[in-house]
Amino acid sequence: MSEYLLLFMGAVVINNFVLTRFLGLCIFFGVSKNYDASAGMGMAVTAVITLSSIFAWLAYNYILLPLNVTFLTTIVFVLLIASFVQLLEMAVKKYTPNLHKMWGIYLLLIATNCVVLGVPLINVESGFNLAKSVVNAFGSGVGFALAIVLMASCREKLRLANVPKSLDGLGVAFIIAGCLALSFLGFSGMIK
Amino acid sequence: MGIILTITVIMAGIGLFFGLVLAAANKKFAVEMNPLIHVVEDILPKGQCGACGFAGCAAYAEAVVLDPKVEPNLCIPGKKVIADEVARLTGKAAAEIEPRFAFVKCAEPMSTAKKKYIYDGINDCTAAFILQNGPKVCEYGCIGLGNCVRACVFDAIELNDQGLPLVNKDKCTGCGACATACPKGVIAMINPDAPVAIYCNSNEKGAQVRKNCKIACIGCGICGKQCPHGAIKMVNNLAVVDSAVCLEKCTEIVCLEKCPTNAIKTYKIPPLEKAEAV
Repeated sequence: MSEYLLLFMGAVVINNFVLTRFLGLCIFFGVSKNYDASAGMGMAVTAVITLSSIFAWLAYNYILLPLNVTFLTTIVFVLLIASFVQLLEMAVKKYTPNLHKMWGIYLLLIATNCVVLGVPLINVESGFNLAKSVVNAFGSGVGFALAIVLMASCREKLRLANVPKSLDGLGVAFIIAGCLALSFLGFSGMIK
Repeated sequence: MGIILTITVIMAGIGLFFGLVLAAANKKFAVEMNPLIHVVEDILPKGQCGACGFAGCAAYAEAVVLDPKVEPNLCIPGKKVIADEVARLTGKAAAEIEPRFAFVKCAEPMSTAKKKYIYDGINDCTAAFILQNGPKVCEYGCIGLGNCVRACVFDAIELNDQGLPLVNKDKCTGCGACATACPKGVIAMINPDAPVAIYCNSNEKGAQVRKNCKIACIGCGICGKQCPHGAIKMVNNLAVVDSAVCLEKCTEIVCLEKCPTNAIKTYKIPPLEKAEAV
């Protein structure tokens, strides 16, 4: 049990995908302008990562590994995740229109996102079993949500600040991301 | 050669599998949607300003098509052209849409106004307003930190060199986002064809107003007595112009000359057709 808890916490704070592995930066900067949108994005990413890592694990262990074509992992995962996100979008639209309104475009935006691809790849590389894959994926999603919500909160405050013109907008956002990453560095080495 | 064949088969198989699954899902999860919604959404201006009272252009398109009670003339940036088009598409009676423009009811810029204190905080009207209702001695006037400028999605407002908001008559769509953003409520939406407007927002008594600002409306009521049609009334020590009466009856502007502070001025914006032709 503690093994899974450590894996989860590790994925959330220590190996945070955005702030220590620098994946998913496009949505991290693109959708962090306001708090509500970033929270929706964080939830959508968490849901997609968790579910798609299950399918990725099945595809890897029951198709790619037995046929000895593991060099196809990346391309198969891209295909799998893109299709799965489409499927999820359709299903959500049909059965939970409210959720669809909230996630809306975000779901499709993450169809080709590197976080969503990165997590299943890392799961496979680390040789995790199904349960560990899911825990790691869920933790990574929560970590991403945490990072983007923190970022959005900072940027909302920033709107009231007197930022030098040359740094306004994305420039100062990068500086903040750097500071956040630096503070998350403090977590490294806590679990080993 | 064998490995290439294996790869081709695997990829083709996976592709086919997902393709079939998606095709099946598309049928199974199909959501009935009125195709008219997309047509209506396409003709809306896509400013997402929310002036219609809905969350955005898509939400308004959906509501106006599905709900018979939603009027087709709610899109204010779209003006009459869009209102007529929406009415035609949805089969609703086209209603008049009154043109509206943002009007700043204050003519005293911060650079020359009397101040209570020197404001050196963040560049935001609401923040300044929290501190003793802003740095201006006049509690009703524009503080000039540009919340309205930032609220305008159509780039229609800028601060002039003295720090008063200047509304670009060609770009303003009358959505009213600036009026909502202003903590002082100094921006009103008025009919652009109205011949005169009061350049003051102060409800204070005449003597006090006079101390605070040289060009404010002191509520003396002279303009109201001049007007033969009774279009100007005194409300809370401030002259209020009923632009509907003005538009209908005014043939000669007589209210301006006697105003002791020149707070009432002509406010003539070129009509919409002209503005668009420029």
